[in-house]
Amino acid sequence: MKISPFWIITVLILIGGYLFAEWAENQFLFFAGYVVLQSLIMAVAWNILGGFTGYVNFGSAGFFAVGAYTAIALHQFLEAPLIVLIIIAGVVCGLIGLGTGYLTLRLRGVYFAIATLAMAIVFESLITNWEYVGGSTGAYVITPTEVAFFDSYIEMLFVLMLFLALVSVAVSRYLSISRIGQGLAAIRDDETAAECMGVPTLRLKLISTTVMGAMMGVCGAPFPFFVTYINPLSAFDLLIAVNSIAMPMIGGTAVWFGPVIGALLLGTIQQIITVTVSSELNILIVGVVLVLFVALAPRGIVGLVQDVMKKRRGK
Amino acid sequence: MTSLFRIQRRLLLALGLAAALLVTPLTQAQAQSGDPIKIGFSMALTGPLGAGGKSALIAMQIWEKDTNAKGGLLGRPVQLVYYDDSTAPAKVPGIYTKLLNVDKVDLVVSSYGTDVIAPAMPIIMRSGKVFISLFGLDVNSKFKYNRYFGIMPAGPDPAVDWSRGFFDLAKEKGLKTVALAGADAEFAQNAVKGARKNAQNDGLDIVYDKSFPPSTADFTPILRAIQSTNPDIIYFGSYPPNSVGIIKAANELGLKAKLVGGGMVGLQFASIMKNLGPGLNGIVNYDFWVPEPTLKFEGVEEFLGKYQAAAAGQGVDPLGHYLPPYAYAYLQVLGQAVETTKSLDDAKLAEYIHATTFNTVVGPVKFGANGEWAQSRALMVQFRGVQPNDLDQFSKSGTRVVLKPDSVKSGTIAFPYKQ
Amino acid sequence: MSIDPSLLMNAVAAGILLGGFYAAVALGLSITFGQLDVVNIAHPAFIVAGSYLVFALNGGFGLDPVLAGIILMPVFFVVGVLVYRVYYAAFERTGRESLAGLAFFFGLMFIIEVLFILAYGVDYRLVETDYIGKQIEIGLLGIPWRMLVPFCAAVVMTGGVYLFLSKTFLGRAILAVSQDRLALQLMGADPIKIKQIAFGLGIATAALAGALLIMIGPVEPTIGRLYIGRIFAIVVLGGMGSIPGTLIAAIILGLAESLVATYIGPSWAPTVAFGILLLTLAFRPSGLLGRQA
Repeated sequence: MKISPFWIITVLILIGGYLFAEWAENQFLFFAGYVVLQSLIMAVAWNILGGFTGYVNFGSAGFFAVGAYTAIALHQFLEAPLIVLIIIAGVVCGLIGLGTGYLTLRLRGVYFAIATLAMAIVFESLITNWEYVGGSTGAYVITPTEVAFFDSYIEMLFVLMLFLALVSVAVSRYLSISRIGQGLAAIRDDETAAECMGVPTLRLKLISTTVMGAMMGVCGAPFPFFVTYINPLSAFDLLIAVNSIAMPMIGGTAVWFGPVIGALLLGTIQQIITVTVSSELNILIVGVVLVLFVALAPRGIVGLVQDVMKKRRGK
Repeated sequence: MTSLFRIQRRLLLALGLAAALLVTPLTQAQAQSGDPIKIGFSMALTGPLGAGGKSALIAMQIWEKDTNAKGGLLGRPVQLVYYDDSTAPAKVPGIYTKLLNVDKVDLVVSSYGTDVIAPAMPIIMRSGKVFISLFGLDVNSKFKYNRYFGIMPAGPDPAVDWSRGFFDLAKEKGLKTVALAGADAEFAQNAVKGARKNAQNDGLDIVYDKSFPPSTADFTPILRAIQSTNPDIIYFGSYPPNSVGIIKAANELGLKAKLVGGGMVGLQFASIMKNLGPGLNGIVNYDFWVPEPTLKFEGVEEFLGKYQAAAAGQGVDPLGHYLPPYAYAYLQVLGQAVETTKSLDDAKLAEYIHATTFNTVVGPVKFGANGEWAQSRALMVQFRGVQPNDLDQFSKSGTRVVLKPDSVKSGTIAFPYKQ
Repeated sequence: MSIDPSLLMNAVAAGILLGGFYAAVALGLSITFGQLDVVNIAHPAFIVAGSYLVFALNGGFGLDPVLAGIILMPVFFVVGVLVYRVYYAAFERTGRESLAGLAFFFGLMFIIEVLFILAYGVDYRLVETDYIGKQIEIGLLGIPWRMLVPFCAAVVMTGGVYLFLSKTFLGRAILAVSQDRLALQLMGADPIKIKQIAFGLGIATAALAGALLIMIGPVEPTIGRLYIGRIFAIVVLGGMGSIPGTLIAAIILGLAESLVATYIGPSWAPTVAFGILLLTLAFRPSGLLGRQA
């Protein structure tokens, strides 16, 4: 059996990440890295629906927060280990994603986008009124100071997030290059035509909404352990939804590595800006980058590179 | 000639900006003599708490200037190193790690507000740093970190002590029924929780107890629903836009309750007070500093003078009574601790801060075992004789009379709320 | 719990008044998003921009906020036309409007917010008028001017837009452009020019809506975000671009919020409001008075 270079690189990155965590002195990199990886997973997940099928999910923050709060609820309830919390959060959000998939039966285009936004708001007010997980006053999570195999908790979280990110990318890549991916692209181009040609559109859409939901839930689950204090306002932050749309847009939505590139780039820029240019300029730069990119680089960075290569070849 | 100069200046500006982009964090005051003592913090300069965070920063920069003018600390200049957390909790852990690991700051203090203080705690605790926080409500009850100190004068059991004065007034007037309404977010809910406990302890009859979304646009229906339960007392826990909506609707309806107010954020801000004007009269609400004769602590007026000069045109609170003195004071506490112990050792600093009563611009500060103020000094003030459209009146005594606590009382209650 | 007639009447009245205000806020989006299919998520940011400029006119010249809002409408119209031109050149012409357009308007929203943070800081701003703070009593009803004036302004503006769209040639052309571009071209009208005017009109309503927003409560640069969900809900509920539908949907939302706040508990208001939206989408996807998809 031939192993594709993708898997070799993936494993290498993971090992590299672990070694890096063991050797690096500068803890700041883990925190910044965690945030970048978190937005990477969100971007990849969003793209599985938004990029591959063209259905725009406006409520990414809703899935993320439900994942985070599932983890909080279970943590309060049975002190389960983090990995169990992540899996259950993934299942819960996957089911919500499945439900969202059935919405696509009736709602297309903007209607679907608005429905996902409304869902996120309904979830937010449900959680705000749910005392057990802290309600609107929020919940604290005390993280242990020592963990096995790692120097500190944040190193563990970082490596965990790296692992989750790689899994997400692998899943997204599989969906994109397999037969499923062709079906999804057919839906994006013309759903009715795809259906006529015998593409099982509903099943494909359900797969992609479920995977998207599960991924976002998985991504949200470790968040309370990262910030140690969480409330509905921070879990349902608008920026989470914006980033998960903006990053694939900047990278390029048509291919699986588009959101990865977009997330690494925009995420890193955001981290650097936070610790260099303070205050307003931070938001301004995100706004300007977004506007310029979507206006000038229609198919994202991937598209830009493809164009340049085509031109060179043409010469 | 002029145009050439202009181009040059623009070029310089651009270069400067580029340099700032690439390397330096925002820092003030370069070294005077010796390496500066760096005080690191993240601050909510944008986002929901941006207005407060910015005014706090101005106050902190005044402290930096004042201290350096007096020769710094331990003979070294002080330097503030800070980043904007844009009131986003997810940014805070990264910022403090950067401050500690990369910028190698000597001392740390907190950002403004519970949301952005709590996420720093695990990192601070692992580093063993002394951590003085700026207006976090009851953060340490979960972490129990013995080098944590909160400058907010809420008292040892913050959520409850916060509204104790309000309910003492109710008790003195023999009131029986209470309505509680709080915005659905962190601070307001904690305030209402504390109020609920106080009401229960006093044996009051709670006739209405509900929360509302912070995005509520019109409060008329809520106030009518409260009115229909006929409470003697109405306690609100609300954020600035809510507080304005509540006061406006309350005046339109003519609330019949006898004691109204409590935990309304925003009624301390100059722009809001000016706009609401006479509509505020009679409201009894918490505050932290008002220009009453009982609160003229050493240095506070001088500080406010500097603050008001610096704040002009910055789009922040022009009077700066509420938060800025405390933002100045928490650095005063830290500074005094460093000066007296002649050390930057966190164990020594913590021990000293625990043991000492500090004289600050907000008066004597003494911390209890859990790092909160040993005794609550959350003020209950009543608005009196407020005139429309006049900002200066709030700089004079008399418009906000201190009713509680008794130690700084400056007048007696006008009762009931509206005649 | 016995039903107190005065409480119920006032809750209904407050709901209708609030609904009128919501209609004013959503009206522009109903044109830009509902009729032109431009996902203008920056609409609330334009409204806040309106609030700030009204604040400046009110503070500087003592102008009545509603009057100031009306004066600003032509300015906003021009801004709207310009924004649409950029949008058209960058997105619509290349036929990838929906998704890229969304990101574009997100970016625009951030830029507008920051400009006002830089210009005015993050402090809260309010306006003053003589009538704010008083109410009219009619029997058991008490109606505050603070809500009544925005309601009337909103109804007049909605009515005006409705008449313009249904009675004038230009208005009908706008309606046509959202439905059948080809027919319009056959009529000899340039669809781009028509859409440009329609978009300008949509943004112009934001000026007055901004005036109403700052009358009702204090404004800070990012407060528009609170309204994104609500106004998109109203436009969709009203049937994407139907002007009477927008007004009805806004009033339903206002009534739902007011009644829930009075009888169940205000914290459930968003759940009920957006629950209504989800149910409508599930059972009648084209909204209450929807154009047929």
